[in-house]
This record gives sequence, C-alpha cells and structure tokens, in this order.
Amino acid sequence: MTPLHDLSLRDAAARVRRRETSSVELVRAALDRIAAVEPAVGAFLSVTEAEALAAAAAIDRRIAAGEDPGPLAGVPAGIKDIICTAGIRTTAGSRILERFVPAYDATVTARLKRAGAVIVGKLNCDEFAMGSSTENSALGTTRNPWDGNRVPGGSSGGSGAAVAAGECHAALGTDTGGSVRLPAAFCGVVGLKPTYGRVSRYGVIAYASSLDQVGPLARDVADTALMLEAIAGHDPADSTASPRPVPSYLAALEQGVRGLRLGLPREYFVEGMQPEVEAGVRAAVRELERLGAIVEPVSLPHTEYAIATYYLIATAEASSNLARYDGIRYGLRVPADSLGAMYEASRAAGFGTEVKRRIMLGTYALSAGYYDAYYLKAQQVRTLIRRDFEQVFQRCEALVTPVAPTTAFRLGEKIADPLTMYLSDIFTISVNLAGLPGLALPCGFDASGLPIGLQVIGRPFDEETVLRIGAAYEQATDWHRRRASL
Amino acid sequence: MSGVEAVIGLEVHAELLTSSKIFCRCSAAFGGPANTHVCPVCLGMPGVLPVLNRRVVEFAIRAGLATQCTIAGSSRFARKNYFYPDLPKGYQISMYETPICTGGWLDVLVDGGTKRIGLTRIHMEEDTGKNIHDAHGDASLVDFNRSGVPLLEIVSEPDIRTVAEAGAYLRMLRSILMYLEICDGNMEEGSFRCDANISVRPAGQAAFGTKVEVKNMNSFRAVEKAITYEIARQTEALASGERIVQETRLWDAEREETRSMRRKEYADDYRYFPEPDLLPLVVDAAWVGEIRATLPELPGPRCDRFIRDHGLSPYDADVLTQRKDVADYFEAGVAAGAPPKEMANWVMTELLRIVREEKLDRALVIRDWPLTATQLARLALLVQAGTINRNTAKSLIPRLRGTGRDPEELVRAEGLAQVSDRAALERAVADVVARHPGQAAEFRAGKDRVLGFLVGQVMKATGGKANPQLVQELLRAALSG
Repeated sequence: MTPLHDLSLRDAAARVRRRETSSVELVRAALDRIAAVEPAVGAFLSVTEAEALAAAAAIDRRIAAGEDPGPLAGVPAGIKDIICTAGIRTTAGSRILERFVPAYDATVTARLKRAGAVIVGKLNCDEFAMGSSTENSALGTTRNPWDGNRVPGGSSGGSGAAVAAGECHAALGTDTGGSVRLPAAFCGVVGLKPTYGRVSRYGVIAYASSLDQVGPLARDVADTALMLEAIAGHDPADSTASPRPVPSYLAALEQGVRGLRLGLPREYFVEGMQPEVEAGVRAAVRELERLGAIVEPVSLPHTEYAIATYYLIATAEASSNLARYDGIRYGLRVPADSLGAMYEASRAAGFGTEVKRRIMLGTYALSAGYYDAYYLKAQQVRTLIRRDFEQVFQRCEALVTPVAPTTAFRLGEKIADPLTMYLSDIFTISVNLAGLPGLALPCGFDASGLPIGLQVIGRPFDEETVLRIGAAYEQATDWHRRRASL
Repeated sequence: MSGVEAVIGLEVHAELLTSSKIFCRCSAAFGGPANTHVCPVCLGMPGVLPVLNRRVVEFAIRAGLATQCTIAGSSRFARKNYFYPDLPKGYQISMYETPICTGGWLDVLVDGGTKRIGLTRIHMEEDTGKNIHDAHGDASLVDFNRSGVPLLEIVSEPDIRTVAEAGAYLRMLRSILMYLEICDGNMEEGSFRCDANISVRPAGQAAFGTKVEVKNMNSFRAVEKAITYEIARQTEALASGERIVQETRLWDAEREETRSMRRKEYADDYRYFPEPDLLPLVVDAAWVGEIRATLPELPGPRCDRFIRDHGLSPYDADVLTQRKDVADYFEAGVAAGAPPKEMANWVMTELLRIVREEKLDRALVIRDWPLTATQLARLALLVQAGTINRNTAKSLIPRLRGTGRDPEELVRAEGLAQVSDRAALERAVADVVARHPGQAAEFRAGKDRVLGFLVGQVMKATGGKANPQLVQELLRAALSG
C-alpha cells in the first residue's frame, strides 16, 4: 500500500472527502516524513506543525459537518518562503527578513487555504529568488533528494526538493527566469510557470515585477493542474493579474496530442549541453510524435540575447524592489551614527553577495547616461524575443525544449562563477521575458540517476494545451512514478 | 543693476480631496493620530502592490481640462528611486516620460492686463510620510498617514517674469483647483505647496540664466518674499560678476533669506523607470467627455461675465470670483433682487471681513455664511430704498445671523426704520444746536470739521435712526441762519 505521504494530491484529497483518511492523518504523515528526511534534504525554513494540525482538524470538522472542504481537501502543501503567510515568518531566504512576520496572506496563500490545502511549512529558496541552485539562501542548505551532493535547482529549490522527497504533496514556487521549472527538472517533479498575469503576485515578495510569477510544483501533471486552478485568476489587489476567466485545467488533460503542432526550436539544442539531456528530450519528442503530435523545427532567432536582456531588466527592477529593505520599519537594522551609515550597515549585513551584485547591476543599468544603452535597449530586445514566439505560435500550438542544459550539478560547483550559474537558465529565461506559460516535467534520467526535465512552452494564457501535452506524455511514460530513495 | 529680467517657473504640489489614498483604500484625510491611516500597501511592506484609485485619475483630468491641457490617451506611472525614511518603498510612484496632462495654460490678471502662462504638464503621484524629529529623545519617528495621499504635480512653463505674475498665477491655479473641488488649497497644512525655479538674465538676452530651485515656502507671502529675495540675490551676483550655481535653496521664513541646501541632498539620480506593477493608464475620449461636461464655470470666464453682466469693476469681479462659493453667494444675492454693485459692496466689505476673521474660508466650501445671500440682498435693498441707513444695516448683521429672519420684518418689529421726517429732524437739530453753542459758533467761524460732531449728536438723539444726509442738510441750514 502507498504510504500516505506518497499519495498524489488528487488521491489524498479524494480519500479525505470520502472520509477514508482524515486531514489530520495526512498532515501527521507529512510531518513524520519531514522529521525523517529533513536532515538529508533541508527543504524547509519553517515547519508549521501546530498551525497545520489545527487547520487539518478544522477541515476534518467541516467534513464531519457535511461541508465542502474544497478541491484540495485537507492535503498538506508547502509554500516557498518568498510568499507571505500571515503570522508565519516569511524570509525570502534573506538575513534582512530573517525575523519578518507578515500581517497578511499573499493572495495565493489565501486561495490555497480557501481551496482546503493545509500549509505544513515554508520552503527554502535563493535569497529573494536570485539564483539557480538555492545555494544563495542565507538561511540553510537544501540538497537534491536524488543525490545529497547535488543542488535541487533554484530558486524554488525547497519546493522542488520537498515535493520530490514526499514531504508535501504539492508546493508553490515562484519563477522569474526559471525558478519553478529548474528545480522541478533537477528534482524530477512537475513544475509550471503560468502566463504572466495568470496568477496574482499580491503578497509575493518582489524580485523582478515584470517577470515574477507564482507557479505550482507537484508529482504529476494533473496535480499541477489542480493547484493552478486553485491559485489562478483575477485579483483586485494586483493590477497585472488578468481578469480572464480560469478554465478547468483538469478537464483539459484528457484530450491527447493527436494533430497538435509542436515546434522544436533549434536554438534550444546547443553545443555544450549534456548529451544525455539532449537524448532524453529528443526521445520525449519522438514519444509525442508517436502519440500523434506533428513536430517541426522552428527558430527563435533572438534567443542568444535572452540572458543579457534578463540580467538588465530583472536587476533594474530588483534594485528598486529591494530598496524598501532599509532597516527603518521592519527587517534587520544595524544601528549606526547617521541615517546614511545605518542604511549602509543594515543593507551590507542583511543582503548576500548575489543580491548585492544584482542590486549594483540594476542600479547601474538605470543610471542617468546609461538608461538608454542598457535598460531601454533591453526592453527593445525583450520585444524582439516576444515577437520570435508570436511568429512561431502562428504555426505551432506549443514548443518542446529541454528545461536546462544539464541535470543537477554539484553543491559548490558553480557558486563561485556567477556567469556559469546564469547559463543554467538559458532555456527558461526567454519564457519569462515573453510572459508565456512553461511546464517542466520529468523525461528520463542520466547515467548518474539524476532526473532530466522536458519543457513545454505555450501561447499566452494557454496553460490548457501545455498541461494537456504534459499529461499525454506522462500517461505514456512512467518517469514521474520514480521516487528518490531517501 | 538695471535691465535685468527674471525668469520664473513654478511647480505646485496639490493634495487631492479623494476620500482614499492613490494606491490603497486607506483614508486620505489630513491628520489623525500617527500611523492610523496605514495598511501594508502604504507602509511598503514586502510583496504588496499598488492599485490605482480611479477617482485620482478623474481629478487629474478635471485639472487638465480646466487648464486647457491635452489629456493623454495612454500614460504611464514611473518609479522615482531614492532613500529616505518617510518614503517606505524606497521609491515614489510618480509619472515621468508620459504624464497624463500636457501643454495647457492659465490666463491671469496682472496690473490691469491679462498674461498667459503656459503649463508644461500635470501628473499624478503619491505623497510621502512625515519624519518627526525631537519628539522622542534622540530617535526620529515617521508618521505614514500621509504616505500615499494623492498629489497632482503642476509644472508651469518658465513664462513668469515678475513676483506679481507669480502671485497671480498661484492664486488663479489655487482658485481653479478649489472650483473643481479637487484640492482645498490650504498652504499651511501643505495641501497646496509651491517650489520655484528662478533665474535672471540681462534684458533682451534670449538664453536663460542658470536656474536656482527654491523650496520650503508655506504661504503666498513666503513665495512672494522668497522670489523677491532670490531675484535680488541673483541680480547682485550677476552685477558683481559672480557665477550663479545651479542648486536648490531653502526659504528661511524667520531670517527672510534663501539658503543653499547641501549639494549631497539634491544631486540624486532618481533612476526613473516605468512602474512595472501598474499597467499603462488608458483614458478613453468618452470618459474625458463625461468629465468635461461636469466642469463648473471657472474663475476666469466667470470674472469676465461679472464685469459684462453685472457691470462690476475688474477688481471687484476678480475678488468675487476667486472662490466659487463667494461668487455663488454674490449671484444668489443678485438673483434675490439686490443691485449687483450694492451686493458686491456688502459682500466685499462686510461678509468677507467676517469670513476672514472667523476663518470660515478654511473650508473648501463656506457653508455657515453669517447671513444667507437672500438676507444680505434684502438688507442692501432696505439701504438702497432709504428705509434704514448703512450703519443700522451693519448693526443688524449680528442680530440676523443664524436666525433666517427677514431683515425688513426685523426693522419693522423693532422700529428701526430711519427717520426722514423733516419736521421731527428739524426739531432735533434745533435742540442740538441750542445745547452746543460753542461748537455752533466754531462752525459759523468756518471750522467745517465740527459738523461731524454735531451730526453725531443728532444721530445719538434719534437713536441712530436719522437719515444722515438729511441731518447734514438741516444742520447746515440751521447754522447758516
């Protein structure tokens, strides 16, 4: 029999609804699993045992009273620690917010709770979501459940690792340049970056406002779809959240891929990528063809400028977004003799190296005399990148690519070389610049037994097609059923 | 130094009278215990997002239409980045490259002529909080009640040449904003603030001189004094061959001088960029049309109409149209039958004096006028008809106040009608002359001034009700005999 912590989100919720299992039992199973594997994984920055058990008991009482507990009926979920949770410390993986307790829930937090999910804890991430390995967290190390010497990917590394390790049935991450998809790929789970504007950003600690998007991570595509349905939709508190109605993503999954036109962008199969990754992705493409999809080569000619463009726009926005951490109202304050000295000392002590690097880059890009050459130019290139996608989407319904050029790398391997680290996002970053939905799902393992990720990129607000392709592939394969041995 | 011309541009920040703040639902009301009109959004907590208050946009469009601006179909908010404790996000959401209103003008009355002053732009932005020093030992505190209160920044072209033009421009602008009921115009409470860019150049030179920005002026008088001071300072500097540095100077109201701010505080690079948390602001023409249809008659056109239709002097028309409530009051009196000139005199000399003394004009719209316009009109009519004299009428104002009583009815009930009965007054005059033989003799000897005293005695004897012209006439007749 499958242990409770290993049940899919759908199965777990169904059992709770049928009263075969209580929410409290599920939460206890998750807490036991957390206690057992956390020493090896380190996915959580906070485990909210008392709150989770109380919330689970409340859901059980509601079910006993005949009320509808919601689609996520009492199932344990985790939340990236960059998403605000009322009364629960929210750190963004930073010293500067190490003791920050928000008074408000992010919209996605509130929606998860309303859908019946039970929050079991807050998940580690790169500081302010800046990183690809979670090594930039100031508050803890997260290890890849498949190999404790490897990174889980980032920046939502805690979310990817916790789901892969069975510590929660699903989790929320955020994705600014690949931060949901990369950890999903490295940890062998499913992760979705929705279209920009599909999910509210209210209460999500901002890194780069025009790129940030909350996305779910789960162990299969259907659970991912269910999570998206719970969090997506208009929010009066976020002007950039789209008023488009939210379809039933679960209902879209059964339609298969027969006749779908899939593009294979040539720029996403580059020299220097790990051969096993390319082989895994090409095998997945053949599988989709076998299932009836029509695959054709396409070109996204401005791809090579994506990383440079991203590191101007994202850092420019970050330099402004992170100005509020000044030691005045909340967060770390290092006392000093003058206001200026207090700002400097607080920010010097509160921010880590990568955050400081990006603040400086972004400040420079926005400075008088450089704005046109950097920020403005980057915005123009961003438009070209978006047009590349618009072009290919006139012919194709979706694109299929690798998530990353390699499988999970070793802890410490790239941390000293930021540029090499930045290349981990080479296949995911354009999707954020263009504001598109991107799904990562497992499509094989390399010789070291590390998961390989397949990415499906869709048209704006067409999460249904992306999920449908993922579901069809998943039904034909069993990569997603494999579990890391912990 | 003769032949020097000043070039002045003014930047006004007007706090808008919306009930809530520009990007959150907190109250935008002035005052309140510190940090009670706050929420995560206006405190700049992690993860919060701004949502634009539609009413603020409507007010900005009202201001733009009232000043002949072009309203942009699409405009964008931008972030102005700088660190300061009263700025919770570390940036102010403002507008930069694409403001909502551009290219308008104001016509103002200066020295009997009309001067047109261009408006470069009007844009929306959020106000900051307020630092409080010296209230809590060594620590400085911050009150965020004002953080996020909506502001319009209204920037003039450098079309202003004199202190008088600057004053007329500011008064007209304030007047328009108050007519539109979008700003209460209170300079002391900071809801109408002005910074000035000032330079001087030799007369006839086309190029502008180096400009100096002057801040910290909290009244019209302060603005006028500061500009006067700064023009003199720059003129002297120019005469002595000194170079004028581009800088920001603060007006010191106590010492009545401008002083240089330390360079560090203003040499910031604000790193403006489009605010990614807000979509471009799209304003459709239909909405602009709807707003245009609700604009009231504005002070300029109303002033012209008062001159034309009511036969008022330009000065009187200007005074009466500065505030919409005053102009409305005047016209209500005229509608109630008062002759315009009489009504104008009564409003300007008596009513506005009380209004100012009692600071009733602190309110955007004066609601508790001492008399209703109809009462004042009836009072003016009684004077014009000769039923009561001017002094009696003045003395009735406090008695009529708040009663709603018809002045004529009061005059009748209390027998206050003036005595114009020749025979009765002749008796009183004879009596006074008889009782003051010394003064009578003085008058006869050519001391005309004594007449005033004797008139006063007759008025006293008749309980103030005598017709003063008639008394004078009868006295002269009696004394010339």
